[in-house]
Amino acid sequence: MHELAIAENIFSTVLGEMEARRLAAPVKIGLCIGSLSGVAPDALSFSFDIIKAETPLAETRLDIERRPARGACQQCGRRFDLEEPAFLCPNCGSHRIQVKDGRQLDITYLEVPE
Amino acid sequence: MSRTIKLDQPVLAEHLRRADHLRRTFRRNGVAVLNLVSSPGAGKTTLLERTIEALSPRLAIAVIAGDVQTQIDADRARAAGARWAGPVETNGTCHLEPWMIEDRIADLDLAAIDLLFIENVGNLVCPAVYDLGEHHKAVMLSTVEGDDKPLKYPVMFRNASTMIINKTDLLGLTDFQIDRAEENARRINPDLVIFKLSCKTGEGLTAWFDRLLEMANSLLPHKTQGNPE
Repeated sequence: MHELAIAENIFSTVLGEMEARRLAAPVKIGLCIGSLSGVAPDALSFSFDIIKAETPLAETRLDIERRPARGACQQCGRRFDLEEPAFLCPNCGSHRIQVKDGRQLDITYLEVPE
Repeated sequence: MSRTIKLDQPVLAEHLRRADHLRRTFRRNGVAVLNLVSSPGAGKTTLLERTIEALSPRLAIAVIAGDVQTQIDADRARAAGARWAGPVETNGTCHLEPWMIEDRIADLDLAAIDLLFIENVGNLVCPAVYDLGEHHKAVMLSTVEGDDKPLKYPVMFRNASTMIINKTDLLGLTDFQIDRAEENARRINPDLVIFKLSCKTGEGLTAWFDRLLEMANSLLPHKTQGNPE
């Protein structure tokens, strides 16, 4: 359940940005979570809601974009959507697949009151 | 009214920065670093004991032993002859993070060490997410577990460069099929280097030791060049 630790990282990053840029508490934090990131979006939302209570971010919501995984076959070059657990090229059947997208765990934006 | 401020930064940006710094520090001191992960009970500490006993005359080995509670594993590594062994008690946290490694090695003379094992908390989920500055992540499973484990924990097996199958002496006593385990692992990660061994009987350990010697020797040039900083 490392999502609690991840939620704490998001929390402290946003507090740091608020201080550095002299921002009010954001109404929304945009996240992009790749399906191969090893982080479960629902568990992360749940954790964030627990730790934000009675803090400056008590009213802040997470806006999570779930990014599907994309890969390219290293044998034949075919690009396709990756599905866990084992990646298999639909064209040539190879398991040698390079992940092109879906590993990210990013804070994309803050939406703050004017 | 509200406005949007673009950030586009990794949540773990600070972790990644620290991990990269650790990796550079290890390299500069000529220390090969292996992050060892598995479920609880696969035999990480026993493998480290056998490895330290066999290689200690030739390599100076250090161990950082992560556990939720107790310093038992660090004590075992020390008793086996490790040049240095330090526990990290996470007090509930399910994985090690780079700052824990920084704290732990603060008083360690890295230049005197050839090979550092980071024995992670027994867990195949959370440690997959955290880069500790290691050169290799080695994932271990044992023949008393399911041979479908690579399919169940794909992120970990994908992020590892090495897989160790331990307790081969028990093959035949359980339903674990070693060929199936290898096939499942290669479906997740075709490039995995696989070692099959028994810490109990010693079977297969030589190939593992040879690989470690090769890893440590490949970093020796960095050691002899000295430390510019």
